[in-house]
Amino acid sequence: MSPVVELDGVGRVFPGPPEVEALRDADLVVETGDYLALVGPSGSGKSTLLHLLGLLDRPTSGTYRLNGIDTGVLSEPERAGLRASEIGFVFQAFHLLGQRSNVENVMLADVYRPGGRRRRRQRAIEALESVGLGHRLEGNPTTLSGGERQRVAVARALVSEPSIVLADEPTGNLDSRTSAAVMELFDELHGRGLTIVVITHDDDVAGRARRRMRIQDGNLTAIGAGAA
Amino acid sequence: MAGDLGGPVSRSVFSWRDLGGEVALALTARPARTLLTALGTILGVAALVATIGLARTAGNQIVTRVSELEATEVVVSPERRGGFGGGNRNTGSAIPWDAESRLTRLNGVVAAGTRTSVNVGERLARSVPVIDPLGQTEYQIPVIAASPGLFEAARAQLLTGRTFDGGHSERGDPVAVLGPAAAQRLNVVRVDNTPSIFIGEEPLAVIGILADTARQPDLLSAIIIPDSLARARFGAEGVEEVQIEVAPGAAPLIAAQAPVALAPNTPELLRAAAPPEPERLQRGVESDLNSLFLVLGGISLIVGAIGIANVTLVSVLERTGEIGLRRALGARRSHIAAQFLTESVALGAFAGILGASAGVLSVVAVSASRQWSPVLDPWLPLVAPALGAVIGLVAGTYPAWKAASTEPIAALRGSA
Ligand SMILES: Nc1ncnc2c1ncn2[C@@H]1O[C@H](COP(=O)(O)OP(=O)(O)O)[C@@H](O)[C@H]1O
Ligand SMILES: [Mg+2]
Repeated sequence: MSPVVELDGVGRVFPGPPEVEALRDADLVVETGDYLALVGPSGSGKSTLLHLLGLLDRPTSGTYRLNGIDTGVLSEPERAGLRASEIGFVFQAFHLLGQRSNVENVMLADVYRPGGRRRRRQRAIEALESVGLGHRLEGNPTTLSGGERQRVAVARALVSEPSIVLADEPTGNLDSRTSAAVMELFDELHGRGLTIVVITHDDDVAGRARRRMRIQDGNLTAIGAGAA
Repeated sequence: MAGDLGGPVSRSVFSWRDLGGEVALALTARPARTLLTALGTILGVAALVATIGLARTAGNQIVTRVSELEATEVVVSPERRGGFGGGNRNTGSAIPWDAESRLTRLNGVVAAGTRTSVNVGERLARSVPVIDPLGQTEYQIPVIAASPGLFEAARAQLLTGRTFDGGHSERGDPVAVLGPAAAQRLNVVRVDNTPSIFIGEEPLAVIGILADTARQPDLLSAIIIPDSLARARFGAEGVEEVQIEVAPGAAPLIAAQAPVALAPNTPELLRAAAPPEPERLQRGVESDLNSLFLVLGGISLIVGAIGIANVTLVSVLERTGEIGLRRALGARRSHIAAQFLTESVALGAFAGILGASAGVLSVVAVSASRQWSPVLDPWLPLVAPALGAVIGLVAGTYPAWKAASTEPIAALRGSA
């Protein structure tokens, strides 16, 4: 089986002006079931890397294979299809729709996915149950605490049963106690075999991952086991 | 391990059902805002529908009023003379006494008859031969000379008896038909014994009493006698006018032909009054109303379209985060464009339906207050929502394009 993610000399240059080389010659392999934390100072290129992994952006150099498929040769509709089926996103800002119920927010992840109609509500309910929100199906996200909102967002990322979940500073808007609760959820998901890449500033958050990598000025490097 | 490179990758989808569901949720999420966004278009469509409906209704009202009686009527009278011919009474009228037979030959004439007011001077009318010194038995009652066809041309209805015919006219028989008011004053109620009345010393046999007449209302209070009798005994000089009943639609033609038929050498001395052509009149009313209100309706539609475009554009900016999220969840640019465009088209169609309803209601309300029967083109309630949808399409195109070109990575960066 191919690794979920294989980056081979991937770079991303924003043409500017001024031209910014946000990511430089990055090599990365993420195997199924891996749990990777990406750390680095602000502006170092973490989000750029995550957007490339999430097929929201295209590298300006190198190749990116997702489940063995060279994503560089795919059309936009095909890349959108992979986003819908193979990738789950969790954002710092949650990005929940305030006018819709929690279960409708989760169901949104199946709208653009081929075959996403089948048992849509049922699977959304199951996803909310799996993040411990089975009792808050019909409520509105605006009535939830920050930690609960992020758990709804995690449920939305899980409902399509993606190959990988990409989380960009998932605890950036949360206090330390709710942060810990959300990270326990990530641990649990990892324990169930989910592949996770999480970006974070927070050393506590990074410490929970199976392994860590650092980005500095667009350079991606592994952090030795002792550096945690 | 790139063995499955190039394997089939499914494109992302956005089913019609999901599109409809997303649009319905978006539009119902903030009902007040949706309504306000649509307001300009609602008013514009309402103004257009009301304008067209009211113009139709008013136009129909005119047609109804005219067509009943006036559209089948032509009246010919001598052109009012200038000073030089004014006193020339001896020549009589430019209308010949045989006008009736000349006109009934024309195609399109249903009935025709002459009428002439008879100057009876000091002679009063009475129904008994001897003057009763105690009570008033003599009256000044107008006398009208008629050719036999006048009764039909005026659509007179008999209460009792009969009207005079060509035979009475030819022989100059001393007969009379009484208008109901005249019969009452002369105290004549039945004609089976042909009662006599007198005008001055002239005896007349009453052969009929009118019940009513649709035209020539002064017949109702008059003693009507054959024109030959009027000439022989009362010195009638010339025909005053000819009343013609024409077949529907024949009025303009007969109005043109009648003067020539009556006075082939001097048709210019006759004036034929035909009703205004109802269709032209209707068109006139419609175009008067339309030109004003269609402009107003058009302006409010433009304002309405700008309103939808404006609010939709603002909502695209507000929903940048949502757009980024949808792209992350697999939406393509075309899916985003389809969603925003469908939202504004649905909003426009909704505004069209509300506007058409308001327009129809105002037509009905105005008609009720005027006691008109409201007339609505059946296509109007169908076209109005389509018009609204087109407005939504036009208004939503730029915002939809703007939404579709939102870069997801920039959209997701925000803290929305
Ligand atoms: N769309 C863009 N255009 C130009 N420069 C960009 C763009 N996105 C990111 N950058 C630049 O690339 C660098 C890395 O940004 P980012 O990946 O967002 O950093 P991080 O997430 O680690 O804070 C920054 O210098 C940023 O200004
Ligand atoms: Mg970032």
